[in-house]
Amino acid sequence: MTQATIARVVVPKPSLAHEVRATLVVWEREMIRFQRDPARVVSSVVQPLLFLFVLGGGLGALVQAGTGGVDFLSFLFPGVLAMSVLFTAAFAGISMVWDREFGFLREMLVAPISTTSILLGKCLGGASVATIQSVVVLVLAGLVGVPYDIPMMLELLALLFLMSFMITALGLVLASRVKQVQSAMPLVQMIITPLMFLSGALFPLSRLPGWLTVVTHLNPMTYAVEPVRAVVFARLTISPEARAILDPGIWWGSYQVPVWMQVGVVIVSAAILLFAAVKLFARTE
Amino acid sequence: MDGSSMGAEAAVEVRGLVKRFKAVEAVNGIDLSVRTGETFGFLGPNGAGKSTTIKILCTLVDATEGSARVAGFDVATERDAVRRSIGLVFQEPTLDGYLSADQNLRFHGELYGVDRSTAVARRKEVLDMVGLYERKDDLVQTFSGGMRRRLEIARGLLHSPKVLFLDEPTIGLDPQTRASIWQYISELHRREEITVFVTTHYMEEAENCDRIAIIDQGKIVALDTPAALKAGIGKDRVQIATADDAAAIVALKDRFELEARMVEGLVTFSVADGAAFVPHLFEKLGIAIRSVAVNRPSLDDVFLNFTGTSLRDAEAKGRFNPMAAASRGR
Ligand SMILES: Nc1ncnc2c1ncn2[C@@H]1O[C@H](COP(=O)(O)OP(=O)(O)OP(=O)(O)O)[C@@H](O)[C@H]1O
Ligand SMILES: [Mg+2]
Repeated sequence: MTQATIARVVVPKPSLAHEVRATLVVWEREMIRFQRDPARVVSSVVQPLLFLFVLGGGLGALVQAGTGGVDFLSFLFPGVLAMSVLFTAAFAGISMVWDREFGFLREMLVAPISTTSILLGKCLGGASVATIQSVVVLVLAGLVGVPYDIPMMLELLALLFLMSFMITALGLVLASRVKQVQSAMPLVQMIITPLMFLSGALFPLSRLPGWLTVVTHLNPMTYAVEPVRAVVFARLTISPEARAILDPGIWWGSYQVPVWMQVGVVIVSAAILLFAAVKLFARTE
Repeated sequence: MDGSSMGAEAAVEVRGLVKRFKAVEAVNGIDLSVRTGETFGFLGPNGAGKSTTIKILCTLVDATEGSARVAGFDVATERDAVRRSIGLVFQEPTLDGYLSADQNLRFHGELYGVDRSTAVARRKEVLDMVGLYERKDDLVQTFSGGMRRRLEIARGLLHSPKVLFLDEPTIGLDPQTRASIWQYISELHRREEITVFVTTHYMEEAENCDRIAIIDQGKIVALDTPAALKAGIGKDRVQIATADDAAAIVALKDRFELEARMVEGLVTFSVADGAAFVPHLFEKLGIAIRSVAVNRPSLDDVFLNFTGTSLRDAEAKGRFNPMAAASRGR
């Protein structure tokens, strides 16, 4: 050809660098869409704040006797932090249903890259967005008697990121099965609400009836919430007795699960969910 | 583009392709070979199996039987190599309305690993080509249907594919926009060495292709250049309106030995040298004639000839399928 073909490009052979670029651009898309939609931040922190100040304030007077002098709001704070990322992350995952509906999923799935890279980008995006939102709740720490401690804040953000990653992956698994936009939201509500209530986010895991103990211990969210509470409680001045009631830790029989292992459970759950989502998405188009 | 620049290896090579969905044989034994550098048209009514064939060729759907190679790679076993070699514009839109035009292209470039140093220039080039460079920072949401279609074509070209698949690129567009899209396609051939595989159910558009395959109910019923297909018919199409159409059809059979049928509400038949035949018609038909139209054979006649229905009637009578209609509705 003699015609001036400008800027001719070559699609490279598969490489890790290429996969990383794909993951990053999927992540970037989530960030762009988040940044275009500030209303989302406001609307998704309203519910956690209601729980914290209205439910917490209302029940506080009632339960104060049983908390060993600890402000009930301080107790609730870690759980509400978890709540603040939960729905956002789940929606980030389930948003794949809209991507399918509007065709963009096809643009992604037909590209010469692995499904894993795409879904990984989606999870990182969902986790980033959810974690950024949780900052709105985090800055209220002072109001509920939790100190502004920088290392604590950073640890919390890291834990919330991990939790959101896992929940986004769960959202992706759901999205692979749901074909209709109308059923996506109700399904998220149906799955996420029990996960939240059965995680110890809103009440201590001590002194639960037997069946509830079993269910909470099978819920991966429990292992994501408990480290968040442990990090906050480490900065509170609190009597050992009160701590034993409010933050008893997670016990497998007589074995107390250490925090690092709880984090490990979350990482493994996230990996399993992501892997499942990859398998399911590869099969559904 | 002249014949000499066409490579020896076929750009698309399909052998005995079959795709069965539960009850439907969407593709029913297709063989074809598209030369490198040509514009190949795939023409057929709704539900003929055009989109299904394209989805198999672009590795999105597995064939039930048969094999296909695109740009020299097998669609079943060398999926990624095929994907690196092709550009796609699906029948249904696949843009992100919440991103700007340029961001949609950037996303695509990153997914395809387009070299960052040339990416910016390339984005400008393809946007210029479809006349959207000025609008590059606007959200796709705000684009008209025609602009979106043009943007999708630009995106399909971004990574310099060897084969570009366009599934009904002009669906739902006004005639002017349709014409401009075909202009881009021919422009493309001037500028890049690319094979274009395009489906349409507009006959006029098929005329723009180097060769066309007519597909009906999952089978290829004819495959040649538009000129050769029309010449193969060798007859003109005559359409008349009469006082008594049923009697006219009988009379045509009895007095001229012509097979006529009703097409689009007119008595229609094919005859060699139609213009010279008209005087005989008036003289001998014996039924009042209200109007006469004589046409050189069109691709529509080719279609009629091979499938027994006119393309428009096939669509109106609706081998209409809700699946295709629903997926187009998006
Ligand atoms: N996923 C599917 N499941 C079941 N049947 C399908 C599926 N996809 C296509 N079909 C059927 O296969 C046949 C061919 O469909 P296809 O979309 O390939 O037609 P087409 O030629 O592209 O038609 P159109 O001009 O309407 O786009 C139709 O009968 C359709 O209902
Ligand atoms: Mg189609």
